[in-house]
Amino acid sequence: MAEIVIKDLTYVYGKGTPYEMKALDNVTVTFKDNMITGLIGHTGSGKSTLVQMLNGLLRPDSGEVFLDGKNIWDEPKEISKVRFKVGLVMQYPEYQLFDETVRRDIAFGPGNMGMKPDEIEKAVEEAARFAGLKPHLLEKSPFDLSGGQKRRAALAGVIAMHPEVLVLDEPAAGLDPGARREILQRIRDYQRESGKSVIIVSHSMEDMAMYCDRVVVMANGAPVIEGTPAEVFSRAEELYSVGLDVPEVTKVARALRDCGVDIGLDIYTVKFAASRLPGVIEQ
Amino acid sequence: MNKIIEASHLSYAYPADEEGMAPHVALRDVSFSVNEGEFVAILGHNGSGKSTLAKLLCLVLEPDGGQLYIGGKNMTDENVSDEDVYAARRQVGMVFQNPDNQLVATIVEEDVAFGCENLGLPSEKIRKRVDSALATVGMTKYARHEAHRLSGGQKQRVAIAGAIAMRRKCIIFDESTAMLDPAGRKEVMETITKLNREEGVTVLHITHYMNEATMADRVIVMSDGCILMDGTPSEVFSRPEELWKANLDVPQTTELLWRMKKAGYDVRLDIFDPRLCAEEIARALDEKKD
Repeated sequence: MAEIVIKDLTYVYGKGTPYEMKALDNVTVTFKDNMITGLIGHTGSGKSTLVQMLNGLLRPDSGEVFLDGKNIWDEPKEISKVRFKVGLVMQYPEYQLFDETVRRDIAFGPGNMGMKPDEIEKAVEEAARFAGLKPHLLEKSPFDLSGGQKRRAALAGVIAMHPEVLVLDEPAAGLDPGARREILQRIRDYQRESGKSVIIVSHSMEDMAMYCDRVVVMANGAPVIEGTPAEVFSRAEELYSVGLDVPEVTKVARALRDCGVDIGLDIYTVKFAASRLPGVIEQ
Repeated sequence: MNKIIEASHLSYAYPADEEGMAPHVALRDVSFSVNEGEFVAILGHNGSGKSTLAKLLCLVLEPDGGQLYIGGKNMTDENVSDEDVYAARRQVGMVFQNPDNQLVATIVEEDVAFGCENLGLPSEKIRKRVDSALATVGMTKYARHEAHRLSGGQKQRVAIAGAIAMRRKCIIFDESTAMLDPAGRKEVMETITKLNREEGVTVLHITHYMNEATMADRVIVMSDGCILMDGTPSEVFSRPEELWKANLDVPQTTELLWRMKKAGYDVRLDIFDPRLCAEEIARALDEKKD
């Protein structure tokens, strides 16, 4: 179990050049244990930079990143251990797949960690099952897989390392609604079964509302709102002002109040909205 | 009404590869036509054949069977002349998913001019077209900016400007909003709508966002290489069960109304605007009270 605490973190791209840009500006935020935290923000808000801070891919200019109370940059030579503990699944799965077969690809991380062959085999099988990869796909080249399957393979490769924190950058982008629901549900099941911390970056307000326990909103290099989906999405005006949106059903709830029907403004999923309407039970 | 695209019984299979992978049938017996100036959304699960269809319409792939007319000319006729194929290719343009993969020049206006330069147009003409295309997509003040520094939505608008400058009659958007943030998505959808309404450009918009499909005149739903539904957004989204079965979705407004209907309320399902949806719900609740 691990919690990530970020304190006063600042990061500047291209320092000392004419293109100097402050990507993270004095960020203090905690990613709590045993829950799914959603990270949302406009393009250039600093989400991706922040994500790369979590497993030490980028080193802060100032400020600290604590994993389980320990500053990850205390021993820079040991930073690769942090990458085993904080698993990152990137937005383009093809960027992190490379081996001859899916099985070998998934086995790469565990092998690097020094797991024994029988442990590796077990980790690969388990991870593949978690990610919903059918067994026959394990012997295929990762490059012969469809987009959705590649995403599962990349996810399995990270889960196989048994990371304490799982970070996913747009895990469902480009997938059809059915595949989207399935992969997000799998991530949720993984979190619920393992009790670990999962962090999801996404541009889909509907998905974040449905699958996250907590939402952190980034704008211009720093968090601006934090809370449960109900708390965050009830602040529509603030979200609009930083280039974001609220789920459509939240807009319906707001419009309903203008029609004299108050079902609350803390509505963020269709099921939830339906449950507040008389006689409309969950189907 | 002139038909810009007329497809009848199109089929296409990706050929078998050296390693003995079986040929993959991507499209089977697809027939439809698109009128000039129409705005058509195309929905479908991953692997349903949407992108293959787009490639056939841009003449990047040749169909295995069936007939395809672009601007009234038969592209599948054995004796079709090279000039006719080039002319057809000039009519249909495409904007892709990843904003970073389709800009070719470093400066915005040079990127927009790239296609026109390839058409061999005189430079004054290119200048005029680039300026007016940038104005159409609202990017005039970025003309001299570096393209790679723009936001995702701005990059997509530059790619659209490139297609407008080439005077494309029809633009196919292949999930061009998939990678954008909500503001970027809105920018691009507003640009697409404006292009269609004000400039008369025919639009085929492939998307996984159901809300974007409600903005179109017509929605084509693909499943397993075939056309499953073809109708107005109202007609298509009034059939949620079938869409869910095809791995698709309906707008949240429709889903909420569908749940009310299941609970015995008398409501329409084809309402996509949150305000109108709220009015419909309030009306139905009131009715039930009486």
